[in-house]
Parts: sequence; C-alpha cells; structure tokens
Amino acid sequence: MSSSLLQSRVPTALSFSSSIAGGTKPQWRFTSAPAVTFTRRTRNSTIHAKIREIFMPALSSTMTEGKIVSWIKSEGDVLSKGESVVVVESDKADMDVETFYDGILAAIVVAEGESAPVGAPIGLLAETEAEIEEAKAKAAGAGSSAPSTPAASAPSPPPPPAPVAAAPTPVAAPVAADGPRKIVSTPFAKKLAKQHKVDINKLVGTGPFGRITPADVEAAAGIAPAKSSAAPVTAAAHAPAAAAAAAPAKSAPTFAEIPGATIVPFTTMQAAVSKNMIESLSVPTFRVGYPIITDALDALYEKVKPKGVTMTALLAKAAAMALVQHPVVNASCKDGKSFTYNSSINIAVAVAINGGLITPVLPDADKLDLYLLSQKWKELVEKARSKQLQPHEYNSGTFTLSNLGMFGVDRFDAILPPGQGAIMAVGASKPTAVADKDGYFSVKSQMLVNVTADHRIVYGADLAAFLKTFAKIVQEPDSLTM
Amino acid sequence: MQSSISLSLSSPSPITARSNCGVDSYSPHLFFNNTTTPNQLRFCGLRRDAFSGCKSSSSNNAIRFNQLPPTNKVFASLSGNGTPSKGFDYDLVIIGAGVGGHGAALHAVEKGLKTAIIEGDVVGGTCVNRGCVPSKALLAVSGRMRELQNEPHMKSFGLQVAAAGYDRQGVADHAQSLATKIRNNLTNSMKALGVDILTGFGAVVGPQKVKYGKVGGTETIITAKDIIIATGSVPFVPKGVEVDGKTVITSDHALKLETVPEWIVIVGSGYIGLEFSDVYTALGSEVTFVEALDQLMPGFDPEIGKLAQRVLINPRKIDFHTGVFATKITPAKDGKPVMIELIDAKTKEPKDTLEVDAALIATGRAPFTEGLGLKSVNVQTQRGFIPVDERMRVIDTKKKLVPHLYCIGDANGKMMLAHAASAQGISVVEQVSGKDHVLNHLSIPAACFTHPEISMVGLTEPQAREKAEKEGFEISIAKTSFKANTKALAENEGEGIAKMIYRPDNGEILGVHIFGMHAADLIHEASNAIALGTRIQDIKYAVHAHPTLSEVIDELFKSAKVVGCVSSVTPEAVAV
Repeated sequence: MSSSLLQSRVPTALSFSSSIAGGTKPQWRFTSAPAVTFTRRTRNSTIHAKIREIFMPALSSTMTEGKIVSWIKSEGDVLSKGESVVVVESDKADMDVETFYDGILAAIVVAEGESAPVGAPIGLLAETEAEIEEAKAKAAGAGSSAPSTPAASAPSPPPPPAPVAAAPTPVAAPVAADGPRKIVSTPFAKKLAKQHKVDINKLVGTGPFGRITPADVEAAAGIAPAKSSAAPVTAAAHAPAAAAAAAPAKSAPTFAEIPGATIVPFTTMQAAVSKNMIESLSVPTFRVGYPIITDALDALYEKVKPKGVTMTALLAKAAAMALVQHPVVNASCKDGKSFTYNSSINIAVAVAINGGLITPVLPDADKLDLYLLSQKWKELVEKARSKQLQPHEYNSGTFTLSNLGMFGVDRFDAILPPGQGAIMAVGASKPTAVADKDGYFSVKSQMLVNVTADHRIVYGADLAAFLKTFAKIVQEPDSLTM
Repeated sequence: MQSSISLSLSSPSPITARSNCGVDSYSPHLFFNNTTTPNQLRFCGLRRDAFSGCKSSSSNNAIRFNQLPPTNKVFASLSGNGTPSKGFDYDLVIIGAGVGGHGAALHAVEKGLKTAIIEGDVVGGTCVNRGCVPSKALLAVSGRMRELQNEPHMKSFGLQVAAAGYDRQGVADHAQSLATKIRNNLTNSMKALGVDILTGFGAVVGPQKVKYGKVGGTETIITAKDIIIATGSVPFVPKGVEVDGKTVITSDHALKLETVPEWIVIVGSGYIGLEFSDVYTALGSEVTFVEALDQLMPGFDPEIGKLAQRVLINPRKIDFHTGVFATKITPAKDGKPVMIELIDAKTKEPKDTLEVDAALIATGRAPFTEGLGLKSVNVQTQRGFIPVDERMRVIDTKKKLVPHLYCIGDANGKMMLAHAASAQGISVVEQVSGKDHVLNHLSIPAACFTHPEISMVGLTEPQAREKAEKEGFEISIAKTSFKANTKALAENEGEGIAKMIYRPDNGEILGVHIFGMHAADLIHEASNAIALGTRIQDIKYAVHAHPTLSEVIDELFKSAKVVGCVSSVTPEAVAV
C-alpha cells in the first residue's frame, strides 16, 4: 500500500502520472501534503471524468523539490504514452519526464522556471477535449498551493478580438487579393503567438510579402517589442522596417523609407548615449544663462599655458570652486523625493571621441591644483581615445562641463545627464562691446555660459547665485592658481 | 622501483609494447624512446618535481607521454622529397589537394616517397576554402553574439553588456581571411617538404599514369608507382532546386555571408544545416528546417538529438517541417519571395508551400569524380562514389582491385569528413611503403560546432543495440552531466551530457556521444581509446586535471560498470 508509484521511483525512471479519478488502484499516502488532500477532494467531486495529474517526480534520492526547466508540450497538445512532456531540473541534472498515458495536456499548473515539491501536481492531463475546461478550472483552483498557470500570471491582457493592423501609418500591403489569403508567419512569430496565446489567423501581417512578423504578434499581445531582439544590423542592401528595433518607443511610428539609405547600427557607446538621452526626458529641467568677461582669465591662461594648463582645467577648477559654495548645484535627485548631496566635487567634461561622446571625470576638482588637474585631464583624454577608461572614470561625475567655444559657438543648450543636478554649456569668448555701470562702452572678451539644472532640487535663485559666484571667480581668476 | 628517468631510457613503454595493433604504427616517434636527449631529461626532472608535489603516483602513463621527443625530430631527419623508383616520374601522385591529399602528401614525404600533388582548384579543397574552416570562423562569431545577447547569462556573471551588434562584412572578412591563412599554411607546409604541386585538372589515363593540365590547354602525362584519388565532393543539390547563389544558396555561398536574410529555410538538418542555423539565428535571422526524415538531426544518437533539439532548436527562432521533401525551390524574383514546395515524404502528396527570404540547401554532398578518366582503368562509379575496399584500393567493374590505384576522402564516400580523408591518406601511404594498414573508421570522431557543440565517435545506441543482438553480447550505457562539472558551472554552461555505450563484459568502448561546451575537443579521449583498443577498466585510472571539462569524460569512464574483467595492463609502480 504505502509503496506507491511515487515512492518507489528510482532516479532513472522518469515517467510519472497517475490516475486520480476513477482509478481503482490504491492511492499513495502522504500525511501532510496539502496538495494531495486537495487531490482527493477532487476525486470525489468528479466521478467519471478522466483527468490525470502529472507529478513532480523524484529524480534522485536526495531530491525534495524540482524546478521546471521547460514544458516540452504546451496546453492543448495531444500526448501519447512515453512522450516527453516536461523537463525537470533536479539537484544533479535536467531530465525529461514522460507521460504514462495518452491524452491532452489540459493545463500547466507549475509554470516554467517555477519549483514544486516532489509529488506535487505540475500539470493536468485530460483524456478528451471535453474535459479540458474542467481540468483548467481545477488548475485554477489549485493556484492556492501551487503557482497559477502562466495564462493567469502573465501580465498581458487577453488578445483583443479585433485584428491589430492599425499602425499609425497603414502599411501598403503589396499582397494581391488572390482568393483566400494564405497566412504566412515566421517561426518566431508562431512561437510568440503560442506563448502569448494570440490567434495568429486573426492577425494581418506587416512584414515583407504580408507575412506575420514577431512584431505583429507582440503588438497583438499588447507587449512592447522585445528589447533584446537580435538586431539584424546589416549595413548594406535592403533592411526593411528593422528600424523599429532602434527606438524603444512603445508604438514606434513607421518612418517613410528612403531608398538607398544606409543603416549603421549604434556602437555600444552610441547606444549608451541614446539610452541616457531618452532617460533625460523624465527630468524637469530649466536653463539660466550668464555673460562673463574673460579678459583676466585669458591673461591667466596665457601665463600658465606653458606649464601645461589647459582651458578645460581652468574652467573645471573655477566651476568646482563655485560648487563648493553652492552644494545644491552639485547635488542630485535620485528618487524624486530627496536631495543627494555629494561629498566630493567631480567635474565630468564632455568629449567627442571617434563618433562617440564620453565624459571623463576630474575627481575632487576643488581640491586638486590646476597643474595636477591638467595632468589628470591629459591622462583621461588619452585613456578615452584608446578606450581604456574605467567605468568610475566616466560615470562618477557630479557636475558636467560642456565646452563648444573652440568651434566659435556663442551659446548653446546642454541636456542634463541623468543622475546629475546641473550641466554647464560654455560658449566662445568673443570681443564684445560692453557698457559698464557708468555707461562707458568698452570692448571686452565675453563668453556666455548656460547652465541646465534639475528643477526638482535646483531652483532659479540657486542657479543664479551659483553663476554669479562662478562669474566672479572667472573674472578675478587669481584664486584659481592658489 | 625505478626512477622515472631510468625507466624512460631502458624499459619499453607499455604503449610501444601495445602498438602491434597497427593503428598507431604510423607514429614513429613512439619508437624513439631510447634517444631521449639531455634537455628531455631536464624536462623530465621538472615534471618529477611537479608530480611529487601532487602525490600522484598512479599517473605513470602521463609521465611516459611527456618523455616522448617532439615529432619534428622525425621530420628533421628526412630532408625533403625522396627520389622516385626506377621508371617512374613519382612514387606517389595524389589527385586533389584538399585535406585528404595534403595529409597523404606529408606522410608520403616522411616515408621517403617522391610525391606530387595535383590541384585543380585551390589548395585546401572544400574543408579549408568552403567548409569546416570558414564555417568555424562564422561559428566563432555566432558563439560570441549568442553570449553577448543572452542577458540573463551575462547578468549571472555580473556583467552588463549594451546591445550587441555586428557588421556583416566584418564577419564575412574574418571567415575569408581565416580560409586564406589556412590555405597558405597548407601550401607552405607542402612546399617546405618539397612536395611537387602540379596545377591543373588531373585524370587517370591508364595504369600508373596520370595526366594533368588546364582543360582544353596543354596536358602533361606523368607516371607514378601509386596513385591516390582525393578529389572530394561538392554540395549536393536535389532535383527541382534552382540555385541562384543569392536567395537560394548552398554552403559554398552561405560561407561568404553576402546577406543575412530575415527568414531562411534550411533544407536538411544534418550537421551542416545545424551549424548554419546556429550562425543565422545568432545574427538575427529566423530559420525553418525542412527535413525529409521524421526526425530532426538524423544520424545523431537519438538521445543526444533530443537534447540538442531542446537546446539548439526549441528556444531559438527556429521551426521545422519533418517528413517532407522540398520538390521545387524557386529563387526570389519579380517581386516574389523564395518559394519552396513541400510534399509528404511518404505519400508524395503536396503539403505546403513556404514563402521565405532565402533557402540554404544543406542536403549533403555529392562526390566530385567526373572526368577522372576512370574508364581507362575500368572503374565505374556508384552514385558518383568510387568503390574501394577497406584499404581504400579502388575496385573495378569486375570486382577486382585496380593495382596501384587508391581513392580517399569524400570521393569514396566511406566517411565524409576532412580528418577521415587525411587518416585514409596516411593509411594508404603506409600500405604503399610496404606496411599493411587498415583504418578503423569507428575510431574517427565527428563534431558539430553548434553552441554548445555536439561530438561523437563509434556507434550510436540503436546501432550498438543492433550489433549486440546480432553478435550476442550485452551493452550498457553510462551517462554524465555537465551540470556536475565545476568548470562548466564556472562558465555558466551546465547544459549538456556525455554518454558512453560499452560492453560491460570486457570494457570495450563502442561509442561516445557528447553534447555540451567544447564537446568537439572532449571527444578525443574516447576516440583515442577506441583507436588504441584501450578498455574502460584501464582508462578509468588516467588522471584528469581539476577543474576541467575533461572531468566529464573522466566521470563517464568511472561510472561505467565493467564486470568480470580486471585491468589488462598492470601498471608497474613507478617511484616519483
């Protein structure tokens, strides 16, 4: 009696399924397994139906629970005796579990990736199609002890009944209306449809020759395009509508295709830039500009240039010194609820490099002297060129400096990088007619700086005060060399 | 108790003693044990230190192997191509400069034969130019792509990788430059030994007579004591298939990777088809297999095939039609896609028409034996293959052996693998230099370089069962999993099994099948054991470095249960 099928299993025997309804043979005894108690009750309620359970087998003597690696069969598949149904991972190996009976896999009780104790039902086998519904109801009820079916746990809504052909711009389907249209769907589209329970026959394909693509199925299932789609990035020839993969927008608009266009995939660096730029859209920013007379700074630069000091170092040092007095501009807002005041002032400086953009960081720019900063900067640029920068050397900035002055740009607007409080855009220093407070005109070198800041933490007055300090330091730059 | 040094100088190594089986007799370095040079002694001394630290006293074999002088000593003693026998231009002429011909040529020179090789196309043949070599380059790329795209896999290492992409031309160039490099290596190795490389299309014109030259141009006739045909094969294209080289292609075109179609049908799910499915899906294509037999991956051990399907097919963007023939394949033209008409393999009724972007024909290979002048020696090909006996001697229409004419490699169809061709070539050279030699084809391993790899040697389980029933012996199966292997787990590649079919009564290994990381490299321990006739009860004491993947095989040997047979070699205790 007590040596049930279950307990007598040796590791090599993998088949497992036992009749629970109408079965005449003695059932196993488990004294404290709730799942089994449940099973018995069902047995009383359904007298004639032949619904069998597939159990988590014991694959080794030490196994107490098993993980479902994958269901080889899906719900609704017809099984024949001896066929592999599911793959179970034990503490030692993955093994196929076979069915002892013919039938239809009515319901999957324990989904892929989930675990169940040895002996617990993991799926239900119906003998006829008529019993599938009943088995499903039972599986739903079993949700109390075991994880529910993938259908119930999946966050995706049931497929909309109407065919989802409505992309913003209707694609001119070149399919000729030749009687009952043959439905062509790609292998992955079929797999996705099965996985998300989308009726592929109701879809209208938007792929080449009107075929149903994985994207069509995903649209019908109401899920965003898989982000890790293998990105077919052929640089040449025709690459129809693959552009959607690049934009993570939820309903990627289809752009008109211009013949002969070349598609060049993002490099890793470019992809990272793209990602950061999209992320920046979630931060409410504002900008404050300030004109600064640079005659004194230029004079200082001429003096220290022979010692290897660069303009970048001068500006970084000036910004760092101003930040010391305005810690809020050096802060960042990480969660939308609090200020994060950074303990050090790390000035990131945007650099264009081989078609990319990177921000090497001058750490503790307020503490290092100009010469050390310049030296450090030289090192960083060299590393950036040879792609040797370590992550902390480009992602630890607390404030960013972007200078396009050398190109003659008079002013511009920078995008605030996620995770920082402010970024300063520096324009070119140009001879400008300036009126002083007494109304006398003179020609001075003037540059415009424009700071973009996160308004959740930095307010207008903060930024204005910071800029005033910065301007003072630049206009009286002697403190920079101290 | 001898010291290891004196052992290497005086006592015969057990390997030499066992080499009467012939298989390893072409490894002359085994007999050079007594000529160990002083620097080997020093080397040995180093090993001794290493071993004494490990307290590993049972690894005698390992030590003896290490004492063998390097093979190049043997080559060094022979300076270049030999002089021909009287009355002949050459001792040996090989038609075809693929891997088979190359292997034969090298060995022939080593044996002192005056050798010429006729190459009609490019040195290296299919393997180097349109087969194994460039495909390995593509597979190297696909393996990396697969890894980089597998986010959970990367995450489990704690690595973060942003969107992996590729440049098609760059991938294609890698394959091409690898082929060029290997081809040059092959050419140089023959030139260095002084093998005469004759250019042109070679053909037999009579007994011991070969002509070569450009088709329609001047032809030269040369005489040779022995002739080896090694002309290889070309992709087999079934009737009804129109290959345009752009949308309907063979492996020859696919290896150039001129396009990466969005959706490609691969006709045939053997190892060529399987490898290409690995490449294409890694590069973002979707794949549909068309297989005439009822199961995918025919030819593999069914259990391995099943697991491979679960790992290599099901989770990937692949679907398949089995039990169907592709009767008509039309390339894409006039704004229409590639059309593939399928019929049921048994009922011959039309089943389906596939409309896809491209089709790769991977239905096997056909021997390239036309225009070889076989009529002059009264030989008739069978489905294109040249009939040979177990010693690769060509058989004529009267079932008689054609003297001095041999055929190796794909052209004889015995085992269409590059390394089999080479082994057959070496076997023939052994024979023509006066030593009988029969190659044991069951000891030749085969591998499929998918991710993970599949490899095999010897019989599959059904084949072994059939043989066992016929000959009346028992077989047993041993299995080990990669899941329990430290190195595999460190690499997060625990998926895989190794399986051995063996005779429990005498410990003979009948077949070994491996599916898992680096399976292609792991198989050789088993293939060597089969080739040398090593039994499980002996090899199970061999030591494997820890932690390595080779321990999967170690465990396989150790888990086998051999009854009623003690170790055939009692290793002498050696003090270390």
